[in-house]
Amino acid sequence: MDPTEQLKHLAQIPGGIPFTEKVHQPIYSESIEIMQLNVGRRCNLTCKHCHVEAGPHRTELMTRQVFEKCLDVLTAHPIGTIDITGGAPEMNPHLSWFISEAAHLGRRMLVRSNLAILLEGPYQPFIDLYTQNKVEIVASLPDYRALRTDRQRGKGIFEAIIRILQQLNQKGYGQPDSHLLLHLVYNPVGAYLPGAQEALAHEYRQRLTDEHGVTFNQLFCLTNCPVGRYLEYLIRTDNYEEYMAELINAFNWSALENVMCRTTLSVGCDGKLYDCDFNQMLALSVNHGAPAHIDIFNFDQLRKRQIVVANHCYACTAGAGSSCQGTLDCASP
Amino acid sequence: MSQNYYDPKDLKDFPNITEFAPEQGHKFFEYYNQATGPGNLTEREKALIALAVATVRHCPYCIDAYTNKCLSLGVSNDEMMEAVHVGAAMTAGDVLAHATQMRKIIKKKEM
Repeated sequence: MDPTEQLKHLAQIPGGIPFTEKVHQPIYSESIEIMQLNVGRRCNLTCKHCHVEAGPHRTELMTRQVFEKCLDVLTAHPIGTIDITGGAPEMNPHLSWFISEAAHLGRRMLVRSNLAILLEGPYQPFIDLYTQNKVEIVASLPDYRALRTDRQRGKGIFEAIIRILQQLNQKGYGQPDSHLLLHLVYNPVGAYLPGAQEALAHEYRQRLTDEHGVTFNQLFCLTNCPVGRYLEYLIRTDNYEEYMAELINAFNWSALENVMCRTTLSVGCDGKLYDCDFNQMLALSVNHGAPAHIDIFNFDQLRKRQIVVANHCYACTAGAGSSCQGTLDCASP
Repeated sequence: MSQNYYDPKDLKDFPNITEFAPEQGHKFFEYYNQATGPGNLTEREKALIALAVATVRHCPYCIDAYTNKCLSLGVSNDEMMEAVHVGAAMTAGDVLAHATQMRKIIKKKEM
């Protein structure tokens, strides 16, 4: 489904109030603490819930020129975190170079990896690259058992992820007192909202240690955003209306105060700028007068920009809130 | 008026049962949240107990709410089904245990 069609569908929320009306007034960013680079939509997996609709067939990859421009911007401005996502970021041929260069900046740098790719020959060297440059790894693992993980990500993927997690643990990742951080991401395998992050983290820690000898630092719980393949899944299975009603019903004002777009700037592989990765997939670039391309980056204009919102934003404000760093640590209603 | 006594949308009305008797309603929710929240038992364990009770009590709202809660907390389908079987076994045991009354009467009355 193309972005226009997705937005048209998202505009329909029977019985619900549109997000713009719900929040009454415009939302503004407060700073740029995180630059999130979506370095490409190519991926070795074709996950059923993927908002990027990534897969082996995709060709969009961030060019060296855009990477260089991002480095210039990062060098010139106090942006504390470099957050690399995709697709499978490792499938971008410029990623190793970028990580080595960006490491000189001394910022927090994290990569969102599906891990399964690191079992494939050409991508195995990334394990050492990440280790040497102390790159924080954020890995999606929607369940601590094979059944649900494989249902969402593909047959045999759970086992592949576990093998890589064990290798990363051996390198020092996710170990107590280690500076090599390894976080896992939980997201529901179906049309329901995530449970309490603390309760899930407890279960993940116990099961992964007992059954696979795997340790990790934090578990981030993410709410599935009705964008891309997940939106198609909701519509196809007749879950769309009920899911949107659940998101709207769980709206939490204190989550709104902490949504990630307030402190994040998302860069597309062609250099366009967005308020978040979801807006990127809906082709909603930054607006309201803010410069919308990395070539015309302006820190002062972008750090206090008005956020572009639509009904998919209900996913980030539901319950305890949701962001790329998990729940927003705010009280649920 | 709904065409059915049970409408799934009514589940969302549950927080409004404080209407007409707010003091009792609020006290109930305070108790409910404490009883079902994490304590010595985890939230996950309590959700499974609640699911078993919901099926035994034939409450469609509770079955909806606690199936979703179990899914949200990563409870597997077979764990949920096992919990339902505990409820089913307890119900069957409860019925059979009452046969004691029947057996006592039979033994008293029959020659």
